[in-house]
Amino acid sequence: MARVVIIGIGHGVFGRRSDATVQELAFEAFRAAIEDAGIERDLIDASVIGSVPEYHKQRSLSGVVQEYLGLNPKPVWLTEVACASGSAAIRTAWMSIKAGVHKVVAVVGCQKMTELTTPEILALMGRVGEVQWESIFGTTFPAYYAMFAQRHMHEFGTTHEQMLQVAVKNHHYGSMNPCALFQKEITMEKALASELVATPFNVYDCCANADGAACVILADEATAKKLSKKTVWLDGMGAATASMSVLRRPDLVGLPSAQEAARVAYAMAGVKADDINVAEVHDCFTIAEIMAYEDLGFCKRGEGGKFIEERRTYIGGKVAVNVDGGLKSKGHPIGSTGVSMTVEIAKQLRGEAGERQVPGAGVGLTHNVGGIGQYTFVQVLRRE
Amino acid sequence: MFKWFGKVNFSPYTKVSDFAQHLKDGRLMGSRCKKCGATSFPPRADCGKCLSGDFEFVEISGKAVLHTYTKIVAAPTGFEDVVPYTVGVVDLKEGGRLLAWIGESIAEKEIKIGMDLQVVPRIFEELEEIKVYYSLEKPGTTWGRASEGGAA
Repeated sequence: MARVVIIGIGHGVFGRRSDATVQELAFEAFRAAIEDAGIERDLIDASVIGSVPEYHKQRSLSGVVQEYLGLNPKPVWLTEVACASGSAAIRTAWMSIKAGVHKVVAVVGCQKMTELTTPEILALMGRVGEVQWESIFGTTFPAYYAMFAQRHMHEFGTTHEQMLQVAVKNHHYGSMNPCALFQKEITMEKALASELVATPFNVYDCCANADGAACVILADEATAKKLSKKTVWLDGMGAATASMSVLRRPDLVGLPSAQEAARVAYAMAGVKADDINVAEVHDCFTIAEIMAYEDLGFCKRGEGGKFIEERRTYIGGKVAVNVDGGLKSKGHPIGSTGVSMTVEIAKQLRGEAGERQVPGAGVGLTHNVGGIGQYTFVQVLRRE
Repeated sequence: MFKWFGKVNFSPYTKVSDFAQHLKDGRLMGSRCKKCGATSFPPRADCGKCLSGDFEFVEISGKAVLHTYTKIVAAPTGFEDVVPYTVGVVDLKEGGRLLAWIGESIAEKEIKIGMDLQVVPRIFEELEEIKVYYSLEKPGTTWGRASEGGAA
């Protein structure tokens, strides 16, 4: 079957964007992607919005975005699977092209989170746990991942310092990313001294809420070859789920949805974990990146802590991970994050990542997790 | 009366509503499918194995082992007045898991993954309206003893 191709990428500035509405944020990323693709807007057959609607005052976001991007009367729809909404949007665009329904589809991840206060966001995010049996105890999103961290420490001897080494790495690369919310290096001393959130996590274990948008334009192979020279191939598309309630998971040291999505994506693309040169993984919390190394097969279960300690995920290591700064440094506008990951991998495979370029990157991966691993999407992308 | 369950309740209507009445009376209940016998905690009305909707409540002992925990300092809306609090996930002796606050019978420095715990039905005694929950306490802790201390 014909391959699906990324022909354009665009990324807005992530941060506390009190200067813009959500559709204005979407426009920034969309305009950049159209200019990057070098195509006329009229060529776009449809668009898919990745966003989580509860955060916006505007109801039915797709409508206002589609109008503002000037894409009426073309069809638009929204995908929502919490923090994986962006990758879900890419998947439905990919499906529509694979099915031959559309030839060129714009995927826009856009989110404005700061219309709500931090306690409101904590309450909303905590309710991605099961509300009937868990949220009644005031669970929060950091608390869930913190419980995975505690169990990981208990079973494998992973240390809090190893977790914070993820933060130090991601802030290091984030300092080179002009679209990131935090563009500053941090030290281990500073990370260790930051305020407690939920044991063992302190502030530097957690990503920050943010506003922002990212966009990719996908096309079928024949159309892409006519329109563009800057092609990146979307060759492996894995998606999987796990129970909503963490009480019904087999264990609390990894994400079964990520393991399954990776298996599917690797098989579809015909690659192994060892073939990946550069990866974007869902580091909403530091432990999440360590579990991602293990779930994706970059290292063995239980060895993720050692893997970061030995700097194996820096550029020049076994596999470069989150060299755009990750969620940790970019901030996490939840519906945009998956699209942001794909933009970065496309940039890396095109060799356009500047001072954070992974030399010779030919195969890349994205790992976008919704909630506490209820949903995971894994993409394998190729330069050729 | 499932609206009784939890300091803040998000799902007052459910097919396992009687769970909260049992809890108020000091009984912790799981569910058993009347058709295939599959058991579950948390209880569920519709069998995840055979899809039957015919279930019954079965009392469980509340004996449990701590699987993991965290002390929450940054609280969501509705929980600001009880912060900080520690939530634990336990493996229940009869199977299944439960998430709850670790109660006042256990000092913070005593908390250890793998420790034995007892799930104890509780009532928020300082609240006028009926609010029930359960907490994780030292083995041997009874309903009356634990509730003397008020909320966790």
